[in-house]
Amino acid sequence: MADSIQLRVSRFRPETDSAPRWQEYDVPLRKEWTVLDGLNHVKNEVDTTLSFRWSCRMGICGSCGMNVEGEPKLTCGTFLSDYEPGPITIEPLANFPVVRDLVVDLTDFMEKLPRIKPWIIPKEDHGNVEPDVEFLQTPGQLDAYRQFSMCINCMLCYAACPVYGLDPEFIGPAAIALAERYDLDSRDIGSPERMDVLIQHDGIWGCTFVGECTRVCPKHVDPASAIQRYKLKAALGTVKAFLLPRGAR
Amino acid sequence: MTPSGGTPTDLRVYRPRLSTWWWTRKRTYFVFVMRELSSIFIAWFVVYLLLLVYAVGQGEAAYRRFLDWASSPWVTVVNVVALVFVLLHTVTWFNLTPQAMSVRVMDRAVPSFHIIAGQYTGLVVVSGFVFWLVTR
Repeated sequence: MADSIQLRVSRFRPETDSAPRWQEYDVPLRKEWTVLDGLNHVKNEVDTTLSFRWSCRMGICGSCGMNVEGEPKLTCGTFLSDYEPGPITIEPLANFPVVRDLVVDLTDFMEKLPRIKPWIIPKEDHGNVEPDVEFLQTPGQLDAYRQFSMCINCMLCYAACPVYGLDPEFIGPAAIALAERYDLDSRDIGSPERMDVLIQHDGIWGCTFVGECTRVCPKHVDPASAIQRYKLKAALGTVKAFLLPRGAR
Repeated sequence: MTPSGGTPTDLRVYRPRLSTWWWTRKRTYFVFVMRELSSIFIAWFVVYLLLLVYAVGQGEAAYRRFLDWASSPWVTVVNVVALVFVLLHTVTWFNLTPQAMSVRVMDRAVPSFHIIAGQYTGLVVVSGFVFWLVTR
C-alpha cells in the first residue's frame, strides 16, 4: 500500500470563476480513511478554502454526497483504498447547480418534496388524540413500506438520473419513493392526493426506467420500483375509471 | 444571501449541462439506451409478421414472393440484428418486471426470482403452442 493518494478535486469560486477547474491534493493513504477523511485532511492541513458539506460521518445524515470517479457516492462510506493507486476525481453531485467547490444548491428538491405530502394523512383528525396513543401495525404492514422509509434525502439518485439532468422539472426519484412510503403505510389515506401531484407532466411519466437511482442508493431504497408501481397504479386507475360505474371504483 | 440567512438572492452558481453523449459514459446507461432502441426492432418484427400474414392471405404466389423477399441478404441482416435486439428487450424487461410488480401473498413479498421465472415459463408455453400450431 502506497503512503499517499492524489485527490483531483473540482473547484469553483463564484467570485472569480466562470466554470469549475481541477486542483490536486496529495493525502495520506490509510486503510480506514474514507474520501471524506481525505477531504477533511485537506481542509484542516492543506487548504482551508476548500468547501464541502458533511456532518455525521456514518451514512445517516446524507450531507456528504459527491461524484467520486463520476459515480454518486456518500463520501463517508467510500474508502480511499478502493481507488488505489489514484488519482481520485471528486466533483459536486451531478445535475445540480454548483454553489462553491463541492457544494450544490438543493433548493429545487426542497421545493418539490412537500408537494408529495411526505407525512401521514390519517383517516380521522388526530388533533385531539392523547400523545401516548399508539397506532399499531403488523410486521407485514411495516414491511410493505419499510425500505422506502430508509431514504435520507442524500440526492445521489438525482445525481444519477439522466431524466432529471435533461429536465430539471422532473419531480425526481427520492420524492416519488417518499410518496410511495406514505401511500403504502396502513395508517395513511393520502394516496389520491399524492397521485394527483404525481400524474402531472413533471411526475412519474417523465421517468424512462433507467434504474440508476436504485443502483446508487446507499440505503437500498428502490426509487425506480416506486415510480413503476405508481405508473401501474395510475394506469389501472384510468382503466377502472373507464370501465367501471362510478360507485365501484 | 440575505442577512437573515434566508432565500439566496444574488447567488452566482455554475449550472452544469448534461452532454448529448451522457449514455456512453457508463455501461448501465448504454444498456438502457440499447433497451430503448430495441423498441424499434420490436415494431419491425410486428410489421414483418403482418406482411407475412397478409402474403399468406393473398395466396401461394404472394407467399412465394414474400419468401423470396425475406431471403434477400439485406432483410436477413436486418432480421438477425432485430433478433439480437428483441432478445435484449425480452431479457432486460423480464429482469425489470419485479420492480414494477410488487406481488404480496399472505402478507409477504413474492421473491423477484419467482416473478421472473413465471415470465420465462409463460414464454416457453406460448412459444411451444405457436410451434405446435405452425408445424402440426
